[in-house]
Amino acid sequence: MLNVYDILETIRMIQDECLDIRTITMGISLLDCIDTDIDKACEKVYSKIVDRAHALVPTGEQIEKEYGIPIINKRISVTPISMLAAACPGGDPVKFAKALQRAADTCGVNFIGGYSALVQKGFSAGDEALIRSIPEALAVTDNICSSVNIGSTKSGINMDAVKLMGQIVKETAERTADRDCIGAAKLVIFCNAVEDNPFMAGAFHGVGEPDCEIHVGVSGPGVVRSALSKYPDASINELADIIKKTAFKITRMGQLVGARASKLLNVPFGIVDLSLAPTPAVGDSVAHILEEMGLEMCGTHGTTACLAMLNDAVKKGGVMASSTVGGLSGAFIPVSEDAGMIDAAAAGVLSLEKLEAMTAVCSVGLDMIVVPGDIAPETISAIIADEAAIGMVNTKTTAVRLIPAIGKKEGETLEFGGLLGSGPVMPVRQQSAAKFINRGGRIPAPMHSLKN
Amino acid sequence: MRAVVTVIGKDNVGILHKVSGICAEAGGNVIEVTQSVLQDMFAMIMLVDITALSCDFSELVDKMTNLGTELGLSIHTMHEDIFNSMHSI
Repeated sequence: MLNVYDILETIRMIQDECLDIRTITMGISLLDCIDTDIDKACEKVYSKIVDRAHALVPTGEQIEKEYGIPIINKRISVTPISMLAAACPGGDPVKFAKALQRAADTCGVNFIGGYSALVQKGFSAGDEALIRSIPEALAVTDNICSSVNIGSTKSGINMDAVKLMGQIVKETAERTADRDCIGAAKLVIFCNAVEDNPFMAGAFHGVGEPDCEIHVGVSGPGVVRSALSKYPDASINELADIIKKTAFKITRMGQLVGARASKLLNVPFGIVDLSLAPTPAVGDSVAHILEEMGLEMCGTHGTTACLAMLNDAVKKGGVMASSTVGGLSGAFIPVSEDAGMIDAAAAGVLSLEKLEAMTAVCSVGLDMIVVPGDIAPETISAIIADEAAIGMVNTKTTAVRLIPAIGKKEGETLEFGGLLGSGPVMPVRQQSAAKFINRGGRIPAPMHSLKN
Repeated sequence: MRAVVTVIGKDNVGILHKVSGICAEAGGNVIEVTQSVLQDMFAMIMLVDITALSCDFSELVDKMTNLGTELGLSIHTMHEDIFNSMHSI
């Protein structure tokens, strides 16, 4: 039975506390588009995406109206393109990126993710060519996202790929230096990548997924912060309970929207990703939740503990609210996309090292961090290796999305605008890790990979 | 199927009349209304049966939103499922 308090609470969450559905993402398998003729393959890719997703945006808009809840992004994730590129050796993989962009324009979606390669154990046909084409692909397209999985708990870390990705990240930033290095903001390097992630830039449609499905990514840091602010004297376990209850409500909304989209589009429902995803908007910050718990500023001592509790409580609350939880599910800490993180980084309180520690207890990794433009590619590789090691050993997903600010140095800022926000250039260590990175090879999988 | 219409804003003559008029025009049957006026703030929640709507639900939403803009009120029209799913197990 409806009651007035519940109705007003929901409306307040949406109106005042920035509650929204961050994305509905349609996962589409492109395995049946493989062709030895790259032009034919591109045409098939375009046709299949448009065939499956032409109604995605209007359906999203209809659901927005029906439930009065904003759905910020409509996105598509596809099979890693390296698998299609493998069938046409010598072809330029950028053609696939252009076909994806054409499909994104036709369908009106915000992003297509899946210009990706999975190389955790080594490069197979198509992988290296695709990775080397990433800088150009991201420079000549606007809405395409790319990801590369370079490690996993099961396989260890492919250090040759780590070395290559250091160069690719730098080159991607250089190719888009005239646009605030935006290319690098669309490229993420994973360890333990998940196959049903609806969030960008890391979304791709895994080979074990069905032909087509709908995922939903919820948001709502503002709602959690606001709920906590009503209990200034509560103990930590009481706070955890409040977060669980709030996460339950947010996730139920995601489940409702996903089920509705699945029905309207006649596509199976995949997962709800119950992540707290911040935006640069006032009142939509994960950092501010941590500060509400009692930290003077995010990044100070105690931040990792607060984040660990938050991440765990979000999962516990959300898991009962959805029939299938998946994706990354937890708290995101993208620096440039979070007003509180931006302030903390600009004040020098939030350092790269602290962020690295935080990634050991939250759902992703070093995300949307702006580093000096003169950073050595080996240093980027070393940061990727550190982060991948945390993921590999802790059996969790970690990711790196660094943006080298070409031509800028510490103290300056990159402005991306929109959901991507803006980020102060953060300092990195000057001592070289080049000898370590240039060794190549593979870091063996940890002992606990041998579970069978 | 039911929808919840909430109206919040400065009290004025004829708000209930106009909102229920739009419902009637669209074939929506008003089932329940709770309303209060505190000082000069008007707050109303209306439960509307939308099973036999003569137009799309989204059209009704648009008409209500436009009325809200016209009268300077905040009017939300939402399917009841969102409240049921968020607040009950």
